[in-house]
Amino acid sequence: MYDLTIIGGGVIGAAIAWQAARYQLSVCVLEKENDIACGTTKANSAIIHAGYDPMPGTLMARLNVRGCAMVEEMSEKLDFPYKKVGSLILAFNEENMEMVHTLYERGVANGVPGLQILTPEEVWEKEPNVTKECRGALYAPSAGIVMPWRMAQAMADCAALNGAEFRRNAEVTGVEKAEGGISLQLKNGETVLSRYVVNAAGVNAWDIHAMIAPPRYTMRPSRGEYYLLDKAVGDTVHSVIFQCPTELGKGVLVSPTADGNLIVGPNAELVSGAEDTGTTSAGLSLVRRMAQLSVPTVSFRDNIRNFAGVRANTDIDDFIIEEVDGMPGFIDCAGIKSPGLSSAPAIGEYVMELLQKTGLSLTEKENPVDTLPKKVHIRELSPQDRAAAIEKNPLYGRVICRCETITEGEIVDALHAPIPPVSIDGVKRRCGAGMGRCQGGFCGPRVHEIIARELGLSMLEIPKDRAGMFILTGETKTEG
Amino acid sequence: MKYDVVVIGGGPAGLAAACKAYEEGAGSILILERDKELGGILNQCIHNGFGLHYFKEELTGPEYAGRFIELLKKTSVEVKLDTMVLAIEPGRIVHCVNPKDGYMMIEAGSIVLAMGCRERTRGAISIPGERPAGVFTAGTAQRYVNMEGYMVGKRVVILGSGDIGLIMARRMTLEGAKVLACVELMPFSGGLNRNIVQCLQDYNIPLYLSHTVTDIKGHDRIEQIVVSRVDENRRPIPGTEMVFDCDTLLLSVGLLPENELTRAAGITLDPRTRGAVVYENMETSMPGVFACGNVVHVHDLVDYVTAESQKAGAAAAHFVQNGQESESGRVLELKNGDRVNYTVPQKLRLSRMDKSVGIFFRVSNIFRNVEIQVTDGETVLCRFPREHVAPGEMENITLPRVLAEKAKGSTLTVQIVDKG
Repeated sequence: MYDLTIIGGGVIGAAIAWQAARYQLSVCVLEKENDIACGTTKANSAIIHAGYDPMPGTLMARLNVRGCAMVEEMSEKLDFPYKKVGSLILAFNEENMEMVHTLYERGVANGVPGLQILTPEEVWEKEPNVTKECRGALYAPSAGIVMPWRMAQAMADCAALNGAEFRRNAEVTGVEKAEGGISLQLKNGETVLSRYVVNAAGVNAWDIHAMIAPPRYTMRPSRGEYYLLDKAVGDTVHSVIFQCPTELGKGVLVSPTADGNLIVGPNAELVSGAEDTGTTSAGLSLVRRMAQLSVPTVSFRDNIRNFAGVRANTDIDDFIIEEVDGMPGFIDCAGIKSPGLSSAPAIGEYVMELLQKTGLSLTEKENPVDTLPKKVHIRELSPQDRAAAIEKNPLYGRVICRCETITEGEIVDALHAPIPPVSIDGVKRRCGAGMGRCQGGFCGPRVHEIIARELGLSMLEIPKDRAGMFILTGETKTEG
Repeated sequence: MKYDVVVIGGGPAGLAAACKAYEEGAGSILILERDKELGGILNQCIHNGFGLHYFKEELTGPEYAGRFIELLKKTSVEVKLDTMVLAIEPGRIVHCVNPKDGYMMIEAGSIVLAMGCRERTRGAISIPGERPAGVFTAGTAQRYVNMEGYMVGKRVVILGSGDIGLIMARRMTLEGAKVLACVELMPFSGGLNRNIVQCLQDYNIPLYLSHTVTDIKGHDRIEQIVVSRVDENRRPIPGTEMVFDCDTLLLSVGLLPENELTRAAGITLDPRTRGAVVYENMETSMPGVFACGNVVHVHDLVDYVTAESQKAGAAAAHFVQNGQESESGRVLELKNGDRVNYTVPQKLRLSRMDKSVGIFFRVSNIFRNVEIQVTDGETVLCRFPREHVAPGEMENITLPRVLAEKAKGSTLTVQIVDKG
């Protein structure tokens, strides 16, 4: 029996595991896919919001501002990419300016540091490519950008080093009360027993909740579609450029990514569930049109990838983090929509507080791991440091991904991470191979070979991403 | 480390340039190749049809590369395999890296850029839909099938009728896959006519012109591809959807010269070719740096890559021997006029021209009974009649120096005019 089991290995599950594994607890994370951080966590705007959007007094307001304040130090300790680039909400007319003032006041009430209302001239000075229609903006210097999957992996790796167990391909199909705790049935027939359970299943949290209690809220999964543009145009803007939020969400943004690309999106469309991650020509064309209102020169010709993610929206205008009635020890962590990524580390802390209130005693481990060793990023090193790295490990001298300059050494490092990837995209999300403009056209087959070699698998067994995403259908005809 | 000529890329362009530089008497020559063997993309092109112009015989890709590799063995040209060039710095310092030698900074008397091109991807053309496994660029699929020995699918739709797509239609069929359709956005194919006959028609694979892929379905692996007809503005026409049950989509939707190194070095690029702007001898805007092959503009026949690269190789050798010549005399700019998409070279230094210069370009559509004209804006300097020109087949003309010298002004325009 585990002390704590977390359903879901996205950024929320990872954050809770990261917090929990510091204590003397046996912790287990159940992830239904073959990798962590591959649902909503891998397909969103990748923004650490400052926290002026949520209504004062909500859980969301508190956790967003707290989370935003935590990320910078975390990024150093846990070694994931983060840049505090600040954000601007543009106003295009008087009505928008009123909204900007409202958000300013809301931000101040929420405790967001450093908010300023800028004149159009001040906006253009910061961002010369912003539209001449701009009438002013709300500037939030504490907003930032991350690579969300790397942030989740970093927290999960840290948790794993502190003893948390990450079980992948472990989909929960049933939840029952059991002697001394809760019993979770897995799709593969296994049962997991745990004293406490946190439901952090993202868009699927509603389904998990429905296994044990009547619905308390309605899921309204909302799909957002994106463009990811080449690094050649990554400096089109330098901070996160928002438009005024509407009922549908925070609107279409234009932002640099922590990796140096330009991200543009999302739209917002109600869909039926977590698997509705297709893009549509109507959705993409709306994104293009809306983005050009803020930044008319966005060069969609430099697109390298479109994607869509599904947000765990509900009919409740706040996160739902609470013990489920009639199921002591079972905590829902549902409706973690935007700003869920920004709030994630604070959600981890908050869930620990809740667990403690419901009776879980927390004693810190003697020397919990709180810092991860710095990964080698060859392209960021000086010639001298590169030479030294290659001397130690010649594989750092073999560039596999030519667009992103990722070496075989970095790919091998990724494959031996505390929670190692098992797919081409899993490797991509850990070290960036295949993330560039050729989208793995050149390096895909070579990464494929390296995974097979390092994991001792046949080429045929390695998926593109999820377990069912096979790449090869067999061998070619042999002679004779 | 110091070499007279450093050639970046050991594919057909780099091989021909290095051999020619050697013939022209360059002392020390080094090829830097990122793969583990020389030959570049030719190694995965196991079909024949290479060398008809240059060797007057039909060779496979590896055979064509092999001829040059044999030639190279008889020279003192050095080769570093498994070596990636990271940057070219002013003063022609080449930064590169490999597992054996580590990080190297090589001083080059002259440099030949021969990095080739890459394929446009699904993202580059924003095909909407789900993102299952089974979407490959044709070249990536070709590598899996021809070099790694694996099949990438059983029921295949091909988007784009570029040569690699056509070749892969036949290759997948021969390996037992069913190729359901080849779909082309334009009203004409971008591939060589001989490939349409030999790779599609001979295997009864339908070619849908003025069509495109408008949706990809399947959560884990492709299950269906939706194809729609497009109007004259290349917009899909609602109601024309055809659905193919398949597991694979191969993309042959264009090639892009791979010029990240060139751009970072500050060399001027031509937005039309996406390659470097070059002079009559393939020199780029950076003195002593030459470029040739698909990194300059995408060719359809390797034979022309060879010829262009020999020109670059010779010029790179001469640069080392003669040093940087002082710039004097007229420079003519070549412009693409009506129905012409680009020209290579883009600039002619009259004082440096041989008796004539070859001008390469692509036309914007299929035209019959036309005349290629070179004009200075007032007078047509020369005319070349053609019965048939097509975007899929690179055109070339030979412009005599005596005619170029007659040009008034500083611009020459290449245009296609109906023969009247």
